[in-house]
Amino acid sequence: MFEYKKDRVALPPADARKTQTCCHFCIVGCGYHVYKWPADQEGGLAPEQNALGLDFRQQLGPLEVTLTQAMTNVIQDDDGSYHRIMILPDKACKVNSGLSSTRGGQMASIMHSPQTPVGSQRLKYPRVFAGDEWRDTSWDQAIALYSHLTKRILEDDGSDQLMFNLFDHGGAGGGFENTWGTGKLIFTGLGSKMVRIHNRPAYNSECHATRDMGIGELNNSYEDAQMADTIFSIGANAYETQTNYFLNHWLPSLQGQTADKKRAVYEDGETIQQTRIILVDPRRSLTVALLEQAVGQGNLLHLDIEPGTDTALFNGLLTYVVDQGWHDKAFIEAHTTGFEDALKANRQSLDETSRLTGISKDKLIKAAEWAYKPKASGHAPRTMHGYEKGIIWGNDNYRIQSALVDLVLATHNVGRRGTGVVRMGGHQEGYCRPPYPGGRPAPYVDQEIIQGNGQMLTVWACNAFQTTLNAEQYRNEVLRRSDIVKQALRKVRGAGPEKMAEVIHKAVKEDGGLFVTVIDLYATKFAEAAHLILPAAHTGEMNLTSMNGERRLRLSERFMDPPGTAKPDCLIAADMANALRKLYEAEGNTEMAKRFEGFDWQTEEDAFNDGFRRAGQPGAPHIDSQGGPTGHLATYERLKAAGNNGVQLPIKEYKEGQLVGTEMLYTDYKFDTDDGKAHFQPAPWNGMPDTVEEQRKKYRFWINNGRTNQIWQTAYHDQHVEFRRGRYPMAPLEINPEDASDLGIKSGDLLELFNDYGATTAMAYVEPDIKPGHVFMEAMYFNSVMGDLVTPWTDRNIIPYYKGTWADIRRVGRIEDYADKVSFKRRRYV
Amino acid sequence: MKLSRRRFLAFTGTTAAGSAALGGSLLLNPAHAAEGSQQPGKVLLDYPKTTISKAGNLKVGQPVSFSYPDSSSPCTLIKIGRKTQGGVGPDGDIVAYSVMCTHMGCPVSYSAEERTFKCPCHFSVFDSELNGQMVSGQATENLPRILLTYRDSDDSIEAVGVNGLIYGRQSNLLPGA
Repeated sequence: MFEYKKDRVALPPADARKTQTCCHFCIVGCGYHVYKWPADQEGGLAPEQNALGLDFRQQLGPLEVTLTQAMTNVIQDDDGSYHRIMILPDKACKVNSGLSSTRGGQMASIMHSPQTPVGSQRLKYPRVFAGDEWRDTSWDQAIALYSHLTKRILEDDGSDQLMFNLFDHGGAGGGFENTWGTGKLIFTGLGSKMVRIHNRPAYNSECHATRDMGIGELNNSYEDAQMADTIFSIGANAYETQTNYFLNHWLPSLQGQTADKKRAVYEDGETIQQTRIILVDPRRSLTVALLEQAVGQGNLLHLDIEPGTDTALFNGLLTYVVDQGWHDKAFIEAHTTGFEDALKANRQSLDETSRLTGISKDKLIKAAEWAYKPKASGHAPRTMHGYEKGIIWGNDNYRIQSALVDLVLATHNVGRRGTGVVRMGGHQEGYCRPPYPGGRPAPYVDQEIIQGNGQMLTVWACNAFQTTLNAEQYRNEVLRRSDIVKQALRKVRGAGPEKMAEVIHKAVKEDGGLFVTVIDLYATKFAEAAHLILPAAHTGEMNLTSMNGERRLRLSERFMDPPGTAKPDCLIAADMANALRKLYEAEGNTEMAKRFEGFDWQTEEDAFNDGFRRAGQPGAPHIDSQGGPTGHLATYERLKAAGNNGVQLPIKEYKEGQLVGTEMLYTDYKFDTDDGKAHFQPAPWNGMPDTVEEQRKKYRFWINNGRTNQIWQTAYHDQHVEFRRGRYPMAPLEINPEDASDLGIKSGDLLELFNDYGATTAMAYVEPDIKPGHVFMEAMYFNSVMGDLVTPWTDRNIIPYYKGTWADIRRVGRIEDYADKVSFKRRRYV
Repeated sequence: MKLSRRRFLAFTGTTAAGSAALGGSLLLNPAHAAEGSQQPGKVLLDYPKTTISKAGNLKVGQPVSFSYPDSSSPCTLIKIGRKTQGGVGPDGDIVAYSVMCTHMGCPVSYSAEERTFKCPCHFSVFDSELNGQMVSGQATENLPRILLTYRDSDDSIEAVGVNGLIYGRQSNLLPGA
């Protein structure tokens, strides 16, 4: 029922069932509690009458609670019973201390309820495309079709014809159970290396460089921001994209509330000083704007760098710091290799750095002093470096990251409390798979598909139609090839799975078709190309483990049934493997049957025990797990007891009923290299890639892009939630007032953006903080795909340069109904 | 923000109908208001009707504090200075909102320049000209709007209801209030 007034909520009774969960969305992984109780009951107003223990007979004070209608829902379990749920932030969780973000705060709203838009859109049964329509079907039929076709292709043309678009993360749509189940099927069973990962066109890491240098990308704790002298934020917009890490850890530090935490870990006599922050971002982001209000100009330095010149910035700072003698010579000598070579290669004067980056020399020197000049006591400052998509998806990922880590190593800003060089992160993490069977660089799978390779594509919990580069060409080719199969299927009548597989096989082998399976919560944009759709479960509908940006492992407990016959990804993978094993056994092919053994899982916990808990154990195959060889200490039961604080990986021991974890890596100076030393890497500034430079010369606007606070990822849930979609009916695009005026654009106008690679649409928000010649657009939106404009250029490891493209803009027109319902007030807190 | 004619009429139409329906004498009875909607035959809460100010006393951009529906719920009345959705008064520009942020209850402050409400705790921004829509920030609901009526006869502005749940409550009406 649509609630018009929304002026009441039902409270959980004192005996409501209470379970733990992590937020589904960003990497921070805030802790929440789920209350569930029969729908025809409610708690009372007195504290002893409701599960929250709060006195609702009177007005509650500020910060006492976070409770809105968006945090409640009515769900229906498989037995037909209705229950109310309420999902509230956990005050005892060290990550968020009771804070909720606008994304996590809506978790109850996005759980399946039969009577909400989210509920009506969720996939409930497998669907197969039959001729000219979608038909719901049984799992047996769907898996039989999938396995028969897979086997035919595998036998005829080999595993390179089996392509996958595959999630790799934690949180919703991920988790250690599901990365393991899918990895074991695809790598061990099918042996395919033709896999693209999540949001990039090959099977790679966004952090190859730092790993090659011996430093895993998540090497400190969120608490370290509270112990830092300086926070160096690079290409990150923490308020909007790692909200409660920012609000609960950065902000108290910057507002001078954490001297005690510093005192506890600093050396005797070491200066304790006001925390300062340096932000590198071409845009005056919401984070920059609000910090000017919240911490004052004196403790904040915004380096509004020219797009794509971060490598030059780090090399200039390295040169200056070494010339001042501020580097840690003893650390470099004892624990690193390659310093002199890297310095020689990266050496770059301050004048040249200023010219390339557009940042004044004064600001560069100030940044160097804040971050690296010895403190009054003579101690080196503790500087925490946090980076994200600004450089991960910047101009040559591998090179920028090398230049940054060179600077960090020279100044010994790793392995000491209050330091670290960490990615800020997107999703939570949750990687546990057999070794990837391909090399490095891995195949550029998007290009393979565009060139006509691959006969079968399985799209698992990701949506490259919205989240890839050169997206328009990619989409067009996938749809064209998919249609060849659809045409063939139109002629199939009265056929079982085996016969259908035969028809499809001909279409993909002889006619250039591509058979597409989509496994997801919703019929995503990619489902337009699908022939088979399988419904998956997510957090809350299954038990699921993930780790956050400080390696904190938690169990999110199942509290409700998945809709229809939807099931966890790991069990879908097991169904596929078991079906293939039986097909091979039936024809006596024991060798192939053996590759699909070990999937006799009844629950997701079986998958967790088979992967995460077997890594590094005697008799187990090699497993790449973020839990490492001590993952076996974490059982569901122990994680349940550990609550929303969980344990930080790697686990050291299980002692006196508690899992003991690791707050900071590399405190022992043993880095992740063969010789145990950290390795400097030469990374000289190399300018802009030719492909990108060509667009820059031809088109007027730099298309900066990223996320906004209210929208998560592809908006897969958000597009069905009025509070979100009503705010952003199309991708918002911030444009400078002078540029807007020049093009006759007003806030609320519909725009077309176009360049040599494609075209897309957005809605204009005139914003004075955007520089002339720049715009900022929501990336990955469901009806406005920024990736259509992005060139196919990648770095050496096939990492895209999503932040590097230029385009022209024209005003299309205006839909008054959109414009009237959307606020065009400034999003910045100024 | 400019309002298209169609949208503006839609909102003022709703408000006019609402004020007629809510204008009955029952709502002036405080004893009745305390009963909430627990009696059969009711779906909506029975909000009190409270006179806040004369429209002529309001100055553009200068908020007037009041409490509604009871003394522990601080609100603010604002003459925006231009016609707005659901605005009342001779110029159709008078609106009112709860000033407790729906996120965690911190007091929001009105910016006359931006015509927005801003929360200093976690930096949420709400639009006073668009039903309290969250412009940016960490809330999951818009700022609760106090529904108003305007009486020509004596130029008075009255609060007659609330759209949205006031922070820190199970229901907008406290027991016994």
